[in-house]
This record gives sequence, structure tokens and C-alpha cells, in this order.
Amino acid sequence: MGLTLQGVSHTYGDHKVFDDLSVTVSPGEIVCLLGPSGCGKTTLLRLAAGLEFLQAGTIKLSGEVVADNNGQIPPERRGVGLMFQDFSLFPHLTVSGNVAFGLTKMRANEREQRITEVLEQVNMIQLMDTYPHTLSGGQQQRLALARALAPRPAVMLLDEPFSGLDQGMRIQIREETLGILKVSGAATLLVTHDADEAMFMADRILIMGPTGILLQEGTPDDIYRLPTHPFVASLFGQVNRLSGVVLDEEVATPLGIFPALGYEDGCELDIIIRPDGINLSEGGKFGVPVNIINARPVGESTFVRFRTNVQNTSVQEFHCRQIGVFSTTSDGKIKAIVEPESTFIYRRDQLDS
Amino acid sequence: MQFQRRLRAVKEPLLDLMITALRYKSLFPFPGRWVNKIDAWTVVAVIVAMTIAIPISFVIWLTFFPTENVWPHLLSTVLPRLVGTTLSLMLGVALGTCFIGVGTAWLVTMCQFPGRRFFEWALLLPLAVPSYVIAFVYTDLLEFAGPIQGSLRGIYGWNTPQDYWFPEVRSLGGATSMMSLVLYPYVYLLSRTAFLEQTAGVVEVSRTLGYGPWRSFFAISVPLARPAVVVGLILVMMETLNDFGTVDLFGVQTLTLGIFDVWLNMNNVGGAAQIAVVMLMLIALLIGIERFARRKKKFHQTSQRYKRLASKNLAMGSAILASIACALPILLGFIVPFSVLIGDATGYFNDALNDVFLISVWNSLSLAGLASVLAVSIGVLLAYGMRLNGWGIFAAITRFASLGYAIPGAVLAIGIFIPMGLLDNSIDEFMRNKFGISTGLLLSGSIAALTFAYVVRFLALSLGSVEVSLARITNNIDGVAKTLGASHGAILWRVHLPMIRASLLTGAILVFVDVMKELPMTVIMRPFNFETLATQVYQFSAAEQFEQAAPAALAIVASGIMPVILLSVAITKVSFGRRDSLGVNF
Repeated sequence: MGLTLQGVSHTYGDHKVFDDLSVTVSPGEIVCLLGPSGCGKTTLLRLAAGLEFLQAGTIKLSGEVVADNNGQIPPERRGVGLMFQDFSLFPHLTVSGNVAFGLTKMRANEREQRITEVLEQVNMIQLMDTYPHTLSGGQQQRLALARALAPRPAVMLLDEPFSGLDQGMRIQIREETLGILKVSGAATLLVTHDADEAMFMADRILIMGPTGILLQEGTPDDIYRLPTHPFVASLFGQVNRLSGVVLDEEVATPLGIFPALGYEDGCELDIIIRPDGINLSEGGKFGVPVNIINARPVGESTFVRFRTNVQNTSVQEFHCRQIGVFSTTSDGKIKAIVEPESTFIYRRDQLDS
Repeated sequence: MQFQRRLRAVKEPLLDLMITALRYKSLFPFPGRWVNKIDAWTVVAVIVAMTIAIPISFVIWLTFFPTENVWPHLLSTVLPRLVGTTLSLMLGVALGTCFIGVGTAWLVTMCQFPGRRFFEWALLLPLAVPSYVIAFVYTDLLEFAGPIQGSLRGIYGWNTPQDYWFPEVRSLGGATSMMSLVLYPYVYLLSRTAFLEQTAGVVEVSRTLGYGPWRSFFAISVPLARPAVVVGLILVMMETLNDFGTVDLFGVQTLTLGIFDVWLNMNNVGGAAQIAVVMLMLIALLIGIERFARRKKKFHQTSQRYKRLASKNLAMGSAILASIACALPILLGFIVPFSVLIGDATGYFNDALNDVFLISVWNSLSLAGLASVLAVSIGVLLAYGMRLNGWGIFAAITRFASLGYAIPGAVLAIGIFIPMGLLDNSIDEFMRNKFGISTGLLLSGSIAALTFAYVVRFLALSLGSVEVSLARITNNIDGVAKTLGASHGAILWRVHLPMIRASLLTGAILVFVDVMKELPMTVIMRPFNFETLATQVYQFSAAEQFEQAAPAALAIVASGIMPVILLSVAITKVSFGRRDSLGVNF
């Protein structure tokens, strides 16, 4: 049930967009496909909608095959709801005309009822006779959502649905949309490049790397706490990258020695430390002495740039976030301690990106 | 490497065609859940495009496989003279329109002087006057018996033509001036846009690098505008090559006149076809130059920001000169012929309202209406087909089919006349053999054939308007409509057509007006004794009955004002960057 893509591959000319990709979305579930632009996530969405010709694999909607090697059902007969980043509202139709567009098979009174229902749901009933160009960005987004949901699709596909909105409005609209999608019970596949958005919206997240490979799949919590790939680990803000070679199940770095249990000697490791994974303290016993380059308060925390306290000027620069205000007066006496739960270690030769 | 690239150039369109064929498998639902689609739309569109391409293909075919070899004869007799005269006329008109068009465009965009805003749109007005109309008006005014020479004789007491010198309007020079006066708006329109598109930044930088205002103009503005000017001049030369009425009235022996002479007077279709081939080569040359000019245009504007050049306030004396320079083309190209026509037509009003005139009004209106509806419908069919199929072979066929706009009417007439005659004869033969009935010439010389000819010639106008506005509708709109359950047809009907309504109307008006004034094809292909406004003007002016030609000419000019109004609204509302919205750049 819901939406299933099995073993889907796609190429544009010589360019392989993705290969043998499988995604399942259950009814009522919201799955986010998170990845950088150009990784093929929109293509996947268009394949599910039937707007792109399926080259290999199988696509099922509500348990029924809609596309495989034998042929495919055209988009107009698939009954999926689709929402684009630019909203693609019909400029020549009113708000209610836009919502009514997909309701051709209903009887007139039934249609009126559904339009009212949907527009009330998105809180736009009083705007039903206006034209799209008079609406604000948020209203346009809600109208696009209402239009897609009006025919009661079993599957909803959303392509960067919040990117067209300005920052302040985005958070509020996100919450509203989440509520409406949950009520609709549709299987929702949402595509985005914004990690915060995916974390907020998704029941489950699929992370695609720049080359179209599925890097990790899991709940937002899994993704945040147990990233299985450096790309996933570095999705949430700018990270510190270190590398080193294992010696006696340990790896030495400018920020200290990290345990590398189970890795053989000579193995090259990549170490990723989130900015909130480094604590700076003054006069402590432990940690690596550092020189502060600068510290800028940004809201509830302070963004600090520093170098390890060695005489070589070409050493790597690090950064971290410290809760509250951080003062930089006592240069040379500050020590950095790395928190293990924000530190992720990967074998370089086993990464497949 | 070279070979591989060439191979890819061939392979890719073929691949496109195959993918297209695969993507839409059939229109008819098979029993069961699968719907295979053969896209009926594409099939119909390809058939229509290919039908429209027949006349053009036929003339090209003639180039390589002439029906009879009259080359030696043509070369030894008329051809060199025809080519010489045609080239002189084309070059003359190009020079004239370049001078008037670029000059006025530069004045209205770069300078401030009294009446600038009025001149900006009024300079388009001569576009409403067909060259054969302005030609007979000035013949009437300037000939020996005309009012100008008459009053000169009255003033100076001259009696015979030997007493004084006066320029002969019925000459190559006369034809050049007449055509320059009504064709310069093409050059004006395109170079004005080109001047407007230039952001002030480049000129300002040139000033800081030590170039004065005049040197900057010639070093920066002129080279930047040159591709657009060339495109305008090519359009002008195509129109010149197409002209029949003016050269016929003035007896200027051009290739078009040659076709008429050889075909209608000597009754030698094969010989006319040979001349058509020569004209086609000239057109191919012009199109080649045009493509080259457009390619260069791609290197324009690296700056994202647009800032309009500050226009220069002219001093009193120069400002008056500028106003006169802009007023003169409008006066000579529109106001004089228009008022002469009004005068003649009102003087002749009671006689004009006879049956022949009313019938020709009706004939012109219905033919133009029919052709414009057809051309717009086919434009929608083909433009939408291109949208469905991307830019593969289908687009190439469509482009080829819309080439008619570049090809002179007389040449197209040959491309239609000969194949249609063959078709008529084979139908006749078939019917006689099978049923013993002779159908005679079914299509040749019919309204259907004439309408077909108009569509072939003017399709580019409607196709251009539709295409440009369709391109503004994003693919996402189609995607959303499809997922909401709309089929291709439903999307066209419920989404695209309502969104492009205005452009459909624009396209229809452009075709309508061009059909109203079309002369060479109408003269050759009309049914026997079938009169339109244009043929009336032609016949009366050929017989020097200028007053009688006036009402029909006035009707044509009046209808020609419609697109001028459209254009003026467009250019005064949008001063930058939407020149394509009317599809005028064919």
C-alpha cells in the first residue's frame, strides 16, 4: 500500500542519475528525501507522478503497479497529488477554480462541498473568488496544497514545498502543512535539500548523496545521532573535519587522541566533529590548549573560531558553538575537549561516494 | 572527433523521435488496466506540418531536378537583367530603410526632443500601407498630369516635359523610395529594441576608458545593435523580393515580375519555376546571413543589471532638426498617402459603393478570416506538438513548414500550382477510368487552394505568437494539471488556451492583415473572376484609374492599422525586453 518504488534506475544521456533505488512510503507516513540539488530527487518524484518515463524498475501506487517494463499508466490516471516549489497555480482561474480543477468527476453539489471543505482546511475560504496573483506567498503555498489534496489522493508528492517562502513564514507554514498532511492520511513523499525541514516534517528520512546514491535511511533521531556516512554527519551545520592513521587502535589528531577500537593499524580514518561537540573551558586539567581567533555571539550561543596552540601558523582552523556568551580574554589558557557523542569516525577506504 | 560530432548530430534527433514514439503509445484504451498510447496529436501535427511543407519542398526539389532545361535560354536572355535589377532594388531599399530606421530609432531612444513620445509609436504607422498602395498614390501625385507637376508648370509657365526636369517616379529609384518609405518600420522596431536593451553600464565604462560620447556610440552602441539591424534589413529585403504590385506598376523588371511574365504571358510554367529557383537561392543566402547575425547576438549582455541609458537633451536647433527628421518619414510614408486616399475615396464614394466593391470587401474579409482562423489553429497544433515532443525532428519539420514567410508569394504559388495540378489530373484520370466521370481541376484555382497558399505563407506569424506565449507557461503547470487528472487535450483546452488567449488574437490579427494586403499569390491563384480588395487596387491602378482604386486601398490601409496599434501599445507599455511578445521577429 502507499507508494513503492522498486529498483528504479534513471539516466539522462550519459549521465546516470541514480541506480537501483528503492523507496517505500506507507499510508499516513511522511517520508522525506533529503539531498543536495542535482542529486536526482526531483526526478524520482516525477517518476512517481508519471511525468517522467520510467527506464527501469517498478512503481506501485496503493499496491497496484502503475509503471514497469511493460508500460505505464499516464499521470492523469494515477491520482497522485503533486506540489511544486513554484506552486504552479493556474493564473487564469480563481482560488476555487484552481481547487476545482481536479474535481471534474464529481457531481456539481459534491464538488462545491469538497471545495469549501478543503479551502476551510487551509483557512482560505474567504479568498475563494480571488486570483492567484493577488495572494501572498504563504497563501499561494496553501492553495497549491489544497488543490493537490482536493481529489483525495492516496499519495502526495511534494517538491521543495517551502523553498519559495521567506524564512519567517516558513516555520509556521511547515507546521500547518504537517497537520493537514497527517489529517489527510495520504502517503507523502517530500523532497528537500533543507535538513532542518526534513527533520521537522519526516517520520522517516532518506538521504541521497550528490551522486544519487542512497546513503542512509532512518528516523530523524537515527539520522542525527547515528549518521553512517560523513555526508550525513555534516548535514546539520558546518562541521570540523580531521583525518588520521590508526596506530594501536587509536588515532592521533590535532584535537587529541581518539579511540579507534576494531580498526587495524595503518587504516586511514575520517573524523567529523559537529560544532556543538567541542567544549572550550579555561584552566581545566584536560583537553588540548588552543588559541582563539575570534568569537561572535549569534543568539543563544557564541560561534568561536580557534587554532591549536602550536607554533606552526599553517595549522588547521576549527570552529565550535558555546552556549551563552564566551569571552576570549585569557588567550593561551583555554583548552578544548571533544565530546564523543558528537564525533563520528569513518574508514576512508569503505566510503562509497 | 569531427565525424563523431556529426554522427551525434544525426543520432540525437533520431533517438528523440524513437523516445517520443515510445513515450506515448496509444490513444485507445486496451481492455484491462494498461493504456498504451499512440499520441494522435503528434501524428496529426506531423501530417499537417508535412502538408504545409510540400510547396517549399517542391521548389527546392525543382532546384535539383528541373522539369525542363531552360537555363541556357534564360541565361542568354532575361535572367542576368532580372537578377541585376532585383539586387539593385534590394540593396537600395536596404540602404534606405537602414538610414531611416536606424536614424529615427537612435533619435527616439538616445535623445530628448519635442514630440519624442509621439514619434516613438507613430514611426510605425507606414507599416499599415502596402507598397503597391503608396506606389500608386505617389504616381498619381507626381506624374506629368498630377497636381505637383501641374502647379509647378502653373508657377513657372512651363508647358511640355522638355521645358524642365522632374524625377520619374516610375523607375527603379522610384520603387526604391516607395518601398523604403513603408518598410523602414521593420528596421526601426528592431534597432530601437536593440538600443534600449543596451545597459548604460557598458557605455559609461567606455567613457571612463577615455572615449567621448560619439566615439562610444560608434565603438559600443552600434556594434551591439548591429545584429538586430541586420535581422531587420533581411526582413526588409525579403519583403522587397516578394513585392509584385509596385514593380509591376513601375515596370521595374525584377525576378518576381519575371515569374509573372514567363508564367502568365508566355505560358511557360517550367521557365517560371527556374526563376523561382534563383529567388530561392537569394532567400537561402538571406536566411544564412540572418542566422549568422543572430548567432552573434548571443554574446550580448553579460551584466545582469539593466539600467537605461540617460537620453541626451538636445539644444533648441538640434531638437527641431530631430523632430523634423522623425516627422518626415511619417508624413511621406503615412499621412500623405492616407489623406490622398481619403480625398479620392470620398470624392468617389457614391460610385465606390457598387456591387463589385462590396463583393470584394466580403471576399477579402472572409478569405482573411478563414486563413487567420486556420493559421492560428494550425499554429496551436504545431506549437503544442513541439511542446509535447521537445526539440527533435518534429521541431525541425515544423520549422521547415513555417519557412513560407521567407519565401516570395510568386515562388510559393509555383510550389503549390504544379503539385496541385498533378494531383487534380491524377484524381481526374482515376475517376474517369473507374467511374467514367471527369472531375476536371478540383483544387486548382479554388478558394481552398488560395487559403492553403495563405496558410503556407503566413503560418510563421501565428506559430510564432503561439509558441512564444506557450513557452512562458512552465512545465510544472502541465505536470500539476496532469496529476490532477487532465489529459493532453484537457490541459490545452482548460489551461493553455485560456492563458494564451491574447497571443492567439495577436497571431490572428497579424495573419488577417497580411492576407488582406497579399497580392502576388492572390493574383495568380484566385478563382476566375474572383475579386478581392487587393486585386481591385492592382487592376484599377494598372489601368491608371487611381480614384477607383482608392476605396479598396483605403480599406486595406485601415485594416493594416490594427497591428500597428497592437505594436504601439506593446512598445510604449514595455520599453525593454519583450519584443518577442508579438511574434514579429518571425
